[in-house]
Amino acid sequence: MTVGPQFRRVARFVSPADRGFAAVVYGGSILFALLIIGLFVELVLGSWPSIIAFGPSFIWKSSWDPITSNFGALPMIFGTVMTSLIAIVLAAFIGIMAAVFLADFAPQWLGQPLSFLIELLAAVPSVVYGLWGLFVLAPFMRTTIGPALQHVLGWVPLFSGPIYGVGLLTGGIILALMIVPTVTAISRDVLVAIPRDLREASMALGSTKWETAIRVVLPAARVGVFGACVLALGRALGETIAVTMVIGNRPEISASLFAPSYTLASVIANEFTEATTSIYTSALIELGLILFLVSMAVNALARFMIWSVRGSERV
Amino acid sequence: MTAVAGGELLATQDLGAYYGTRQAIAEVTIAFRRKAVTALIGPSGCGKTTLLRCFNRIHEISFDARVEGSVFLDGHDIYANDVDPMAIRRRIGMVFQRPNPFPTLSIFDNTIACAPKGLNYQGKMEAAERALRSAALWDEVKDKLRTSPLRLSGGQQQRLCIARAVAAHPEVLLMDEPTASLDPIATAVIEELMASLCKEFTIVAVTHNMQQAARVSSVTAFMLADETGVGRLIEADATSKLFTKPSDRRTEDYISGRFG
Amino acid sequence: MAQSASRHRNLARRRIVGGLGVGLALLCAIIGAACLLIILGYVIVQGAGALNRDFLTQLPHPVGVPGGGVGNGILGTFIILGIATAMAIPIGLLTGIYLSLFGRGPIPEALRFLSDVLSGVPSIAIGLFAYAVLVAPFKHFSAFSASFAFMMLMLPLLVRTSEQAIRSVPQTVREGALALGMSNFRATVRIVIPTAMPAIITALLLAIARVIGETAPLLFTAFGSQFWESNPNRPMAVLALQVFTYAISPYPSWQAQAWGGALLLIGAVFVLSLGARLMLRRAMRGLEA
Repeated sequence: MTVGPQFRRVARFVSPADRGFAAVVYGGSILFALLIIGLFVELVLGSWPSIIAFGPSFIWKSSWDPITSNFGALPMIFGTVMTSLIAIVLAAFIGIMAAVFLADFAPQWLGQPLSFLIELLAAVPSVVYGLWGLFVLAPFMRTTIGPALQHVLGWVPLFSGPIYGVGLLTGGIILALMIVPTVTAISRDVLVAIPRDLREASMALGSTKWETAIRVVLPAARVGVFGACVLALGRALGETIAVTMVIGNRPEISASLFAPSYTLASVIANEFTEATTSIYTSALIELGLILFLVSMAVNALARFMIWSVRGSERV
Repeated sequence: MTAVAGGELLATQDLGAYYGTRQAIAEVTIAFRRKAVTALIGPSGCGKTTLLRCFNRIHEISFDARVEGSVFLDGHDIYANDVDPMAIRRRIGMVFQRPNPFPTLSIFDNTIACAPKGLNYQGKMEAAERALRSAALWDEVKDKLRTSPLRLSGGQQQRLCIARAVAAHPEVLLMDEPTASLDPIATAVIEELMASLCKEFTIVAVTHNMQQAARVSSVTAFMLADETGVGRLIEADATSKLFTKPSDRRTEDYISGRFG
Repeated sequence: MAQSASRHRNLARRRIVGGLGVGLALLCAIIGAACLLIILGYVIVQGAGALNRDFLTQLPHPVGVPGGGVGNGILGTFIILGIATAMAIPIGLLTGIYLSLFGRGPIPEALRFLSDVLSGVPSIAIGLFAYAVLVAPFKHFSAFSASFAFMMLMLPLLVRTSEQAIRSVPQTVREGALALGMSNFRATVRIVIPTAMPAIITALLLAIARVIGETAPLLFTAFGSQFWESNPNRPMAVLALQVFTYAISPYPSWQAQAWGGALLLIGAVFVLSLGARLMLRRAMRGLEA
């Protein structure tokens, strides 16, 4: 009996139990994929009337008037971008510095509890941040931080105008608190992953530990650290409840950081159940679609960057 | 070259194996003596483990792995279309390089993980005792059958894996460097065990330790990778003959240490 | 000599800069940790006053009537989370199994990408999806639609963690099972998944911790209720939603209850995170052995 040297493609699932198992596994995965695709499709379908009615000018029109059914997203986009920018500037500085400390300087007895506390900060529910922001941070902004900033920098338009307590700056600070753990945790992991030899090489050249950490290790990890910041930015863009509670909820564009504003997410949160006309609802869903697309792009960018330095590890 | 002898329990014909487009072994034709230990020797990367993994169709669970040619168990091609690999694996047991007891099952449950179905508790207990006794482990674990196998020593874990394979009543036992991760004392115990197990099973054992092959096997097969990295069977013969008067120059070079 | 002195001075300056830098970095780490302690301190101090038996077991009272509690919200949280978990576990685990067993090629990669996309979608957008699928067609709010939104929020974490947990089970263990003649199904369900279980439970606890305080999607799914509601097909009170509503209300008695609710939420989240940590330690131990 001779058997020709033909290739055999081997079926890995042959028994009935395995076929059933494979079918169930495939089924679950397909359902998962359908859910995500369905999410996108539903957002597009829901915003279709608004897309038809307002066209692309929806993005740069600044009126938000439910009475005349005239909707433009610019004030919310402005508010979202501004709060997220404030948040990422603050959080990137604090978060990266904290990560440098935890990765290169902290003795174990100090590093572990600090890491633990900072990571727990990420677990605090959004609504609790909002509550604290509304009753503690906002009054403190109105009575102390705001006037102090205005006293020093009042001549800059950014810090002019009346101080309500709630507003862009307060929203940004709350967001910064919420995303510091993201920046810190991922940056620390990326920094720790930088090979020892690099540090030792730099130390051997006579650099101090601090110079090594800042001029050698941090630049070597820049892609991953930047990715951590972008990922954090993605979270800030979509954060809803905490911002809704401290931003003042007014669809206006103002030069002052103390002025009340609105974000894409918080306008949906506040007005969706009260939207009376279908075009109003549709405009709100289109805001959700914009939010979805922007955070998807930001997230894809961040993951791509973090992956490129950490291999295919999950973020 | 050894021809396929009639009536052998396990034999191959022109067996080749691939990982994707890379060929690992080619044109292996060999028959294994019943109820004896056959040792597969050869330098690292010569494809002996791959060959072993073709015998119980475990090669194919690797991604993109393929097989050509035939493996005959009792005269039937185990790669024929209508053959259920799971049935083959029940008839051909395997022991791995590193002990791999199932971490979440107790020693008892490990032993009977694939014992014949439909046994009551008494039957299971008897099956477990029989298997553990034939793996020379019973006396050491009989008082802790319900505990985790991870607390056993490496040698004990490996014997548990042997008991687990034996409990499924296979006809052939494949052993892939079963003592590679063990200390000399544990190794000696396993080698003794192989000598007693071969009264009941046809054993094929991969080893890269020539002394071990000389100690435990009655037949030895020598494999070597050719210039393109494809593993080939050089010769197979009675162990005593292969180690004293090999018929191939390359075998002689290897056993006298000229391959480094 | 002069050169050496200047080098000394230079080195001293660099040391000082280094010291200041490390101090700054330490300060930043402490700021992060202190923020948590400050928030925690406020929530405990303000919330502890509101906590009592009535708060945990009573229905909310109308404005002006003292007392009352968030009992219905606690019940609702359990019901909605329970349904969400029951739906998320099979889908997440099956997708995780799929990715770990058939993990190569364009389709699994696409699925991983989708999963990552989902993990970055703002919860409010997921709320809109739940509204479009389960509220709008039936013309009434329901607890079930909130469960659906929570499920979507839990899935990415479950999928990726169960994939990794199953993958991290040593290949030899799976091969050992297959070599004994077990089917892929039996090998996966009886041997591989139990080995990966501590890690999967860790992921589940973290996923629950992530959604238990989630409020945004509840606004137009569960909607809230003043009554004891246990029918998932009807609007239902949820603790996180009550905290939000009470916090932005103008009534001091409600605001005090918001702090109480926040304390409950933080407590639950911390217990879950701590449990996850302990579980993770067990998972690591199991895999090392």
